[in-house]
Amino acid sequence: MSMAGPQRPTARQRAVADRTMKTLRRRRVVNGIMTGVIGLAAVITTLPLLFILFHLVREGSSAVSVDFFTRMPKPPGEAGGGMANAIVGSLIIIGVACGIGLPIGVGAGLYLAEFKGTRIANAVRFLADVLNGLPSIVLGIFAWQFLVKPLGHFSALAGGVALAAMMIPMITRTTEEMVRLVPTSLKEAAMALGYSRARTAMTVVLRTATAGIVTGVLVSVARIAGETAPLLFTALGNQFWSLRLDQPIAALPLQIFVYSNSPYDDWRQLAWAGSLVLIAVVFIISVAARFATRSRVGAGSHD
Amino acid sequence: MTAIPRLLVAAAGIGFLAACAPDSGSKGSTTGAAAGAGSGIALTGAGASFPQPIYNKWFSDYAAAKGVKINYQSIGSGGGVRQISEQTVDFGASDAPMSDEEMSRAKGGPILHIPTVLGADVITYNVPGVPAQLKLTGPVIADIFLGKIKKWNDPRIATLNPGAALPNSDMLVVHRSDGSGTTFIFSDYLSAVSPEWARVVGKGKEVKWPTGIGAKGNEGVAGQVKQTPGTIAYVELAYAKQNNLAYASIQNAAGNFVQPTLETIYAAAESAAPNIPANTDYRISIVNAPGANAYPIASFTWLLVYKNPSDPAKARLLTDFLRWALTDGSAAARALDFGPLPPAMAERLKARIDSIAPGSGT
Amino acid sequence: MRTEGTAAAVAPAAPPARAGGFSLAEEIVGKAVGDRVYIAVITGFALMVPLLLILIFWEVALAGWPAMRQFGFSFLTSSEWDPVRGQFGAASAIFGTVVTSILALVIATPLALGVSIFLSEYAPRWLRQPVAFFVDLLAAIPSVVYGLWGIFVLIPLLREHVVPFIRDTLHLGVLPIFSGPSWGNSVFAAGIILAIMVLPYIASVSREVLLAVPRSQREAAMALGATRWETIQKAVLPFAKSGIIGGIILGLGRALGETMAVTMLIGNKHEISASLFAPGYTMASLIANEFSEASGDLHLAALMAVGFVLLLVALIVNAVARWLVWQVGRAAAGGAR
Repeated sequence: MSMAGPQRPTARQRAVADRTMKTLRRRRVVNGIMTGVIGLAAVITTLPLLFILFHLVREGSSAVSVDFFTRMPKPPGEAGGGMANAIVGSLIIIGVACGIGLPIGVGAGLYLAEFKGTRIANAVRFLADVLNGLPSIVLGIFAWQFLVKPLGHFSALAGGVALAAMMIPMITRTTEEMVRLVPTSLKEAAMALGYSRARTAMTVVLRTATAGIVTGVLVSVARIAGETAPLLFTALGNQFWSLRLDQPIAALPLQIFVYSNSPYDDWRQLAWAGSLVLIAVVFIISVAARFATRSRVGAGSHD
Repeated sequence: MTAIPRLLVAAAGIGFLAACAPDSGSKGSTTGAAAGAGSGIALTGAGASFPQPIYNKWFSDYAAAKGVKINYQSIGSGGGVRQISEQTVDFGASDAPMSDEEMSRAKGGPILHIPTVLGADVITYNVPGVPAQLKLTGPVIADIFLGKIKKWNDPRIATLNPGAALPNSDMLVVHRSDGSGTTFIFSDYLSAVSPEWARVVGKGKEVKWPTGIGAKGNEGVAGQVKQTPGTIAYVELAYAKQNNLAYASIQNAAGNFVQPTLETIYAAAESAAPNIPANTDYRISIVNAPGANAYPIASFTWLLVYKNPSDPAKARLLTDFLRWALTDGSAAARALDFGPLPPAMAERLKARIDSIAPGSGT
Repeated sequence: MRTEGTAAAVAPAAPPARAGGFSLAEEIVGKAVGDRVYIAVITGFALMVPLLLILIFWEVALAGWPAMRQFGFSFLTSSEWDPVRGQFGAASAIFGTVVTSILALVIATPLALGVSIFLSEYAPRWLRQPVAFFVDLLAAIPSVVYGLWGIFVLIPLLREHVVPFIRDTLHLGVLPIFSGPSWGNSVFAAGIILAIMVLPYIASVSREVLLAVPRSQREAAMALGATRWETIQKAVLPFAKSGIIGGIILGLGRALGETMAVTMLIGNKHEISASLFAPGYTMASLIANEFSEASGDLHLAALMAVGFVLLLVALIVNAVARWLVWQVGRAAAGGAR
């Protein structure tokens, strides 16, 4: 080819270049606007959280002290009460709920991803979404009917089951979404190497989707940690120390609920402090879980 | 092990440890005899939220004094009635007496109503410029809550309060959105003083309010009133006092305007006492009591116990506590703005408590 | 690397030694058994979901039947709720539930999408984790706290600034949707607090889904000269669409069932009004408010019947959402041709 220098643009080329420049300008403007809109959305989203946290800290921080974590609740008018039994009780109930809800939720999510498209899977997915929309009080009443009334007493176990029933649809949904995102090529490669379906799922698929599944689990743990209604008719609450699964047990949201409903200032302060501690507990669980499952391979960033 | 199985094991581990960890003491409420001696939970009760603070204090003091732990949780009067009927708790608590129909459905036989303390509803309001202790009468209050009196400077209010600077603004009525004993007492009173209220609305823990918005719980109502100028509402006395709300003086049956205090509530119980028949079951209302100094919107709150409980050890623990509460509990009640029972009534109640005998409950 | 077929074909007569000492046949059978156990287990777990729902449905329907039989269809059309006289109609609660949920989603979805897109496309790596964490933490705040904040902060804000602004400054008060007196407690306030509560669910799922879109998609679009926004719009979002809708449905579930915060802000009035600024009621609040104290069989049955209706509404709404997803999927597939 002759290496002549840059040619002069023809009229047609000039017209095309003009059009491109005009649309480019418009596209750049649109880009700028949308960037601004998205940035604005991000800021607006974090605002309420900041407001609420600020409000919480202002109201509750004065009552958060070592006493709060180590003392038992005291009647109104007596200073120095704490929520030690409620903190431990909440942890126990959440533990029971996770023990029941995690395997069922993750298992169901795996099923939905493995058998995607079949009629049963569609039905299960649909019903899980419906279950998600139930008010927690209905689940509490249900757990009361099946686990408290026949046994004749309230129990921490019933509370854990009610909360597990709330967790399952959420975890199912998010697990399914995350497992679906694992590239098929990974699964095929594992199977080509001779892995059974079970082993592929356990070691390859779940590991890749771990970060996403953990997010889903943590969001559902966060939700159930603050739920009062299902516990009212199952765990009932307890102003004394108890670790037993077959007896009523104290829980942070129950205690917060009772205290915030009272006329006494010292109890109301404890309610705010309790809310602060509740969020802190969820925060700690989240950090610990993310740390434990930090992936060495980024999910989805390969192709 | 990968991460998820690790998490599962951890979660299961917590649950397992919790189940195995020995409670500090005996086996809890399963063996009544051991429970009293050990430090497990001896009795469980649930119900009304109004008396929850005083019950909390009593049970805490009782545990310190006698070593018997009684767990009480407020899940609402209706909840208390339901749980005691199903025998999932050892005793219930209610701000409103059980109906005959409810009593017939209790699975353990006949139920006794034991009044414990007195409470009162006050009329609270938030109108800048209007003095505290506004004077109101029963019929006027009824018409306000019926929606017939709509403005603060209505002539009927003005004539009762000459000289008060009543603004020409709308009244917003705030009532309870959740069912409660507080509503029961209030609607009971309004039914007594206003035939129209009795006819149109009636009395109950939950009623169809002709006007106004609903807030949840006493504190919801109190909070609403504090936040919104122009509101008028009814709340439990303790809430009004603890939140420094202004409340009205109400004309009682004797024609005097009285403020709600422990003395006037006491006077209501005392003046109603002679009218109580000897064989009463204590499902009585003391609204609009006849005494000169009686506060008209006062009421008992009750503990619900079986007359023939199936467990003798638990029965003894319960009756011991009830006797203690009727005598040693009054000081604590007063300190928390709950009215203790008149001594004569407390004595009569002791005889009633003696009649609790374990039998072969159904 | 093991390739069973070829190994068997090219190996000498003796089968090659395998880890564990199992023969090929044993290993294949072992895997088959393992697979069957695995499939049986996950199928069992998956079937527990419908089982749970059926149990709840059955129990609620059974308990609510006396009320449904007594009132029939008028239970759904009447707003008359009178526990003393025994008249129950849930129309206002049904209306309130639907309106507040729609309002919540309309407000929350763009915000949640915005923050997720920001985190996955624009934010630098070090900002991503903390902000994502922060947004997820919104889900941990107990309802009661949301309610209290709403009473002390949101409602006065609405009553004193926002509502007068919309009504008088913008002169929108002539529209029925913004008309009528407002004391603060309203469907509008409840919708806003629900939007805040629903945000983290939509945002967290959307974020994970967006992060999982392969980088090659973005790189391809940019190589063709697309701007940042165009890349997102044409290359990333379509990939993530179904996941995002999944997140929205998750949020919808929360909105339908939320009780505490809503009951503290909505005014709890059995009334159907065209105005967003009027008080109202939702089904979940109704059950939560009255269940503890409900005495009398009919009252309890009426509340259980409301629960049944709520279940039906959840079923219908989810069915509609499913249909929408299917339509979106079809349109995308059609467009790709």
